Amino acid sequence: MKKKIGNQTIIFPSKPCVIGFYTVGGIKEGKGNLQEYLDFILEDDNFGEKTFEKAERKILEETMTKAIEKSKLKPEDIDMLVGGDLLNQIVASSFSAREFNTSFLGLYGACSTMAESIAVGACLIDGQFFKNVLCSTGSHFSSAERQYRFPLELGNQRPPCSQWTVTGAGSTVLSDKGSKIRVVSSTFGKVTDYGIKDVNNMGAAMAPAAMSSFVAHFEATNTKPSDYDLILTGDLGKLGSEIFIDLMENKNYKMGANYSDCGHMFFKNNQKTFQGASGSGCSAMVLNSYVFKQMQKGKFKRVLFGATGALLSTTSSQQGDSIPGICHVVEFEGGHE
Amino acid sequence: MLLMYVKVFLVGGFICMLGQILIIKTKMTSARILVSFVVAGAILEGLGLYEPLINFAAAGATVPITGFGRNLAKGVIDAIKEKSALGIFSGGLTATAAGVAASVIFAYIFALIFSSKSKNTK
Repeated sequence: MKKKIGNQTIIFPSKPCVIGFYTVGGIKEGKGNLQEYLDFILEDDNFGEKTFEKAERKILEETMTKAIEKSKLKPEDIDMLVGGDLLNQIVASSFSAREFNTSFLGLYGACSTMAESIAVGACLIDGQFFKNVLCSTGSHFSSAERQYRFPLELGNQRPPCSQWTVTGAGSTVLSDKGSKIRVVSSTFGKVTDYGIKDVNNMGAAMAPAAMSSFVAHFEATNTKPSDYDLILTGDLGKLGSEIFIDLMENKNYKMGANYSDCGHMFFKNNQKTFQGASGSGCSAMVLNSYVFKQMQKGKFKRVLFGATGALLSTTSSQQGDSIPGICHVVEFEGGHE
Repeated sequence: MLLMYVKVFLVGGFICMLGQILIIKTKMTSARILVSFVVAGAILEGLGLYEPLINFAAAGATVPITGFGRNLAKGVIDAIKEKSALGIFSGGLTATAAGVAASVIFAYIFALIFSSKSKNTK
């Protein structure tokens, strides 16, 4: 049976199931719009650790362990870990993986990692190579500031067009059976670069990538935006999602009230994050808290989730390179549990 | 006396406001803004324009980082008078030695006492 439709889109006839999911959020994140949906909110952004990087790792590990618990599996039942994060050499993920006696595939898709790991995980299950795959990613505001911008100790101000890298993580357990929330299809994104160079305006750099992947997905599956109960883009932020809506309109796709952006919806307006949330934890937390919980209740039946990533490094932007973007789209379906 | 406070506040505040405008309106990083302020202070001193500002507003002109640039330039100018060309190299650091050493020592002490925390958790 042919599973590839169109140039970038694949369908999963076995429809891998989402059997467990868990999120942890930082203090500020816990005061935002996801408050009632997050599974655990930290009282201390360091999570009892000495450094931000160690805290990021512990947060990620916590979501991995608890997601397995929630799926009612034992850690040894998981046969593959898939995931990544924003730290150099994705150390949060690979160091977390040493706590599990399981194969590990490290991915780097910047903030698109959640969608990328679910798409890869669903391939592994649909291909009957693996039975239970744990997909996870996270980020930490303070370690991301240190790595990508300036260390917090410098006391730098954030410019008004910047987004807030969230502290938190989300994990999803995929399996060949056991739940009504299922992965139906996915579109692997192309790297898209419109020449944006401003590292404080990543939404504008990623919006064309999101447009490219969503158009590819709609064309391949022969659907339109109104066919879905919810369409989410990754963390384009306020400005980026407005650009995305315009770009989609140019392609004759009208994004309606069912469209939202993870970065834009994450924080409340009075939280002073300027353009909204970002970071690989952002879309991971929205998906594994709000989206899956609402799907369990039957509020959303068909969801299109496209996490976006800015594939820059500090060196590439210091050397004057533009910011390439990517967006992976995953389609879920589900009903009452 | 009170008028002096007002002058210090206005001049110091104006210099900081220039920095704030650069942060909001340009894509300059804080490091570049900092360096250009130091250079601007040195140039103004070289042209003889910073001294009158200090006479007018005292700490309002010496405390912002432009005052550090002024010290570098003034140190060089004075040292050249004393030791001729050698002063180009020794003057700047001699004049700013107290400031540089104090920042290293205080940074070290505060790094020992405090640890970094996430900001703005509201």
